[in-house]
Amino acid sequence: MLDKIGIAKRIAQEVKDGYYVNLGIGIPTLVANYVRDDIQVEFQSENGILGMGPFPTEENVDADLINAGKQTITARKGASFFDSALSFGMIRGQHVDLTILGAMEVAQNGNIANWKIPGKMVKGMGGAMDLVGSAKNIIVAMMHTNKAGQSKLLKECSLPLTGVKCVTKIVTNLAVLEIVEGKFKLLERAPGVSVEEIKKATEGELFVPSEVPEMKI
Amino acid sequence: MIIKKVNSVEEALKGVQDGMTFMLGGFGLCGIPENSINKLVELNVKNITCISNNAGVDDFGLGLLLKKKQIKKMISSYVGENAEFERQMLSRELQVDLIPQGTLAERCRAAQNGIPAFFTPAGYGTEVAEGKEVRDFNGKPHIMETAFQADFAFIKAWKGDEAGNLIFKGTARNFNPVMCGAAKVTVVEVEELVKPGELDPNFIHIPGVFVQRIFQGNNYEKRIEQRTVRDN
Repeated sequence: MLDKIGIAKRIAQEVKDGYYVNLGIGIPTLVANYVRDDIQVEFQSENGILGMGPFPTEENVDADLINAGKQTITARKGASFFDSALSFGMIRGQHVDLTILGAMEVAQNGNIANWKIPGKMVKGMGGAMDLVGSAKNIIVAMMHTNKAGQSKLLKECSLPLTGVKCVTKIVTNLAVLEIVEGKFKLLERAPGVSVEEIKKATEGELFVPSEVPEMKI
Repeated sequence: MIIKKVNSVEEALKGVQDGMTFMLGGFGLCGIPENSINKLVELNVKNITCISNNAGVDDFGLGLLLKKKQIKKMISSYVGENAEFERQMLSRELQVDLIPQGTLAERCRAAQNGIPAFFTPAGYGTEVAEGKEVRDFNGKPHIMETAFQADFAFIKAWKGDEAGNLIFKGTARNFNPVMCGAAKVTVVEVEELVKPGELDPNFIHIPGVFVQRIFQGNNYEKRIEQRTVRDN
């Protein structure tokens, strides 16, 4: 079974040479730390930077330089700043190659819910609806089950949707899955996790190929 | 040259009234118009509608207006960092319109650019699309969104000249440029106000035509929400 860092490491393998990548808040933010350093990749943060770098050292903290999670960051060589309309122009116009974000629920048809629990929690969708409404390649990073042990990979989402039929891939603490023809297709198992365990933790329809390799982290 | 400079925040906020709709730049606490917000708190204008990506934190930014219950309605994309906000929203004291961040930016830009409405895929199939016109373009469904209408836009820029030309810094730019000229009156506060001619016209982000009033801001706190650092 993977921890959050393990999930981030596995997703980092999906980041390819020449990609512009948008990282959501939480586990996705960690992905930047594990991308191979022999490829050219730029990270976009929707609050208006392309070429986001690591956290600053104490003496380089700048209140005017943050990411979408409101964390202080740095700008890499070749970075650029822009306004929010242009930032979402980049996203809506599909100039960003890969979007990685968290979710509360994903359905087998690729629907995603991640912004609201009616009557309990409303944080807002931020940029998530724009991202999932336009991005070509959307990877969800999340735990396979919630704190109560219930599956987050469902036949249908029960929470208010963020987007419809948009998720391409899901990386959880148990597995890597792809959305194919309205089902979750199991691609890889986390180290030490059996197909049976994944089946048990997946409420939605799961397609299990004859061979399911273990992830290489 | 047309001079937009005013000498104080009092002068800059002249005409602000109860019940108005305000746009406020900033992302989180980054690039918020601190001086104008503090003045709005002091003026105690009530029943206002705020268009702003976020709602500040409990004791800073728009949180100060929330605490005094000056805000009737918030139009935002993300409000996760403010406990008082969540309390007022769940108890229905505060009306809240949550809208996708790109749609928020584009509705500002549309107002700025004289475009009454546009179509976007963001929010299709979700509760955001309820009651909105849907049309297919290139085989994909989009929903119609309209330009905002606002009375004042409160903007924070890094540098500006007396003619209202503006330069922003880092990610403090965010919603500020797209709100300039998107309301009836655009009020800009800057960290450094200079004479016309001192800013290189090649590096102006927003031309003065979008600005009605500009003033020299003071005492910027620039509070950081998530101070994240690495070791040397």
